[in-house]
Amino acid sequence: MTSTFLPDKRTGTDVDLPPPSEDHARGRARRRARNWLTAVGFQVPALVLFIVLVLLPILFALYAAFFRWGGFGMPSDYVGVDNFTRLLDDPVFLGDLWRCLVLVLLSLALQLPFALAMAVLLNQKTRGRAVYRMLFFAPYVLSEAITGVLFSMIFAPDDGLADRVLGGVGLDGLGGEWFADPSMVMATLFLVMTWKYFGFHMMLYLAGLQSIPAELNEAALIDGAGPWQRFRNVTLPLLAPTLRISVFLSVIGAIQLFDLVWVVTQGGPDHHSETMAVTMFQYGFKRYQVGYASAISVVMFGISLVFALAYQRFVLRRDLEGATTTMRGDGK
Amino acid sequence: MSRKTARNLPLHLVLVAVGAAMAVPLIYALLSGFKSTDQLSRNPIGLPDPWVTGNYTGILGAGDFWRLVGNSTLIAVATAVLVVAVSALSAFSFARFAFRGREVLFTLFTMGLMFPFAVAALPLFLLLRSMGLLDNPLGVILPQAAFGLPMTIIILRGFFRQIPGELEEAATLDGCGPLGFFWRVLLPMARPALGTVSVLAVVTSWNNFLLPLLVFTDNTWWTLPIGVQQYQGQYSADTARVFAYLVLAMVPALAFYSVAERQLVGGLTAGATKG
Repeated sequence: MTSTFLPDKRTGTDVDLPPPSEDHARGRARRRARNWLTAVGFQVPALVLFIVLVLLPILFALYAAFFRWGGFGMPSDYVGVDNFTRLLDDPVFLGDLWRCLVLVLLSLALQLPFALAMAVLLNQKTRGRAVYRMLFFAPYVLSEAITGVLFSMIFAPDDGLADRVLGGVGLDGLGGEWFADPSMVMATLFLVMTWKYFGFHMMLYLAGLQSIPAELNEAALIDGAGPWQRFRNVTLPLLAPTLRISVFLSVIGAIQLFDLVWVVTQGGPDHHSETMAVTMFQYGFKRYQVGYASAISVVMFGISLVFALAYQRFVLRRDLEGATTTMRGDGK
Repeated sequence: MSRKTARNLPLHLVLVAVGAAMAVPLIYALLSGFKSTDQLSRNPIGLPDPWVTGNYTGILGAGDFWRLVGNSTLIAVATAVLVVAVSALSAFSFARFAFRGREVLFTLFTMGLMFPFAVAALPLFLLLRSMGLLDNPLGVILPQAAFGLPMTIIILRGFFRQIPGELEEAATLDGCGPLGFFWRVLLPMARPALGTVSVLAVVTSWNNFLLPLLVFTDNTWWTLPIGVQQYQGQYSADTARVFAYLVLAMVPALAFYSVAERQLVGGLTAGATKG
């Protein structure tokens, strides 16, 4: 972040010297206590908000997951781990896990490499790159709900734009029921997610690319490295911290996917696009099996937590040690 | 020169193709809004003939759409003000004080980044219900601010740390207490960072769907994303009208983006790399 720090005009003039201090140990301790109170006092509003509205709900879900409970009054019908064992037998929930994994793998294999390719293209001095950058990122600022409605109409069977265009160029065979077709619904959703989100990852990569010192590429060029070698041996390693962050955000996004699916298919047809969050919503808000829905929340929480900790431990930690980070810090 | 253009040709073709894929859905929606539904089914791809403005003017003329815009705006602005004010105090304390428990507390906040909102949605709903905050804008504003804290605090803390310590000493010598320094020196200097986090908070709130869906059971306080979904359900037979509604619902976000692009992109990349 860039900014200029202008020295305050008022400071530097009319300096009154502080009165000579009497530094007894007691005075210092009292001052330290006062200092602590001031510092913590500034934290109180944030802490209250965070504890009441973020931590407490998560802890309460952890508690409610051990009850059979309709959501009214306090939970009283303790059932132990029944909700969790039921989850392991629930084909819809196991399907959610599978679909989450599929989305993650598709993102890693297609969406993120595509975003990287676009970032590399737009990092060159090409005509109109500012316009492309803005256009590719624009869908990110639209809400998932609005994006969902838009594409549910574009991919409407027969009447939608997609089928009309494919039919118009004689490729009817490629068209279809899209969101209504159990075997196509996930692929179509992934297409929409890519439309909406690749620009965000591209922007992250662009920021990373711009922090790579140009001298490194020039040096590699002098050493006779071709474009692919320069990309493979200079750009990619230096971009690694950014790539790891982007992978992390992509996975967390897949774990909590809700809005888009809810607006477009509500998890259908026949659960073929359901996600953990949608299943949780169905049980918690439609069928009033709040204990069971809480168990789903807890599993989502557990997956996020384990993933985040493991990722931090095994992947992100390297960024704190490796020379690449130092390099990036200097280049900023 | 010409060789360079020739070499760049494939590159340009790729960019044009991707650009078209990005733009076509939006342009299609815009044009479809200028057709009647009847015309849309006869002529889905071409330009409108004649151009029908009734869909757009009809929606803009009715109060419902404006109420949604007003609700979304109010909730987004209130969320941004609250989360930025509270986070600024906290980030100030993290950046400028050495106090016992600081690292633990900071870790607690950063952990909030890892938790998907959907995890807390259900118990949060129960909590809001017991606090009587359903169908109340505070029921959306307060949780949004709470979930926005981690990112906002991290960005602001990084910014506050860059402000040289001499300034604080000078302000203290001038008789500024910590609060005076925060209010009269730090905040005015941090205006760019405050702008960035405010823009992030506004966009996040504007696009939120799950929370308003849970909290607002009747349409008084509905926000735009909820309104669009409901509109599609209500007018599913009148496709052209839904397209017009969609386009109008996208305009505020896209307009905001074109004005605040730098803050938004800067904030997202800063948040991602510092988180």
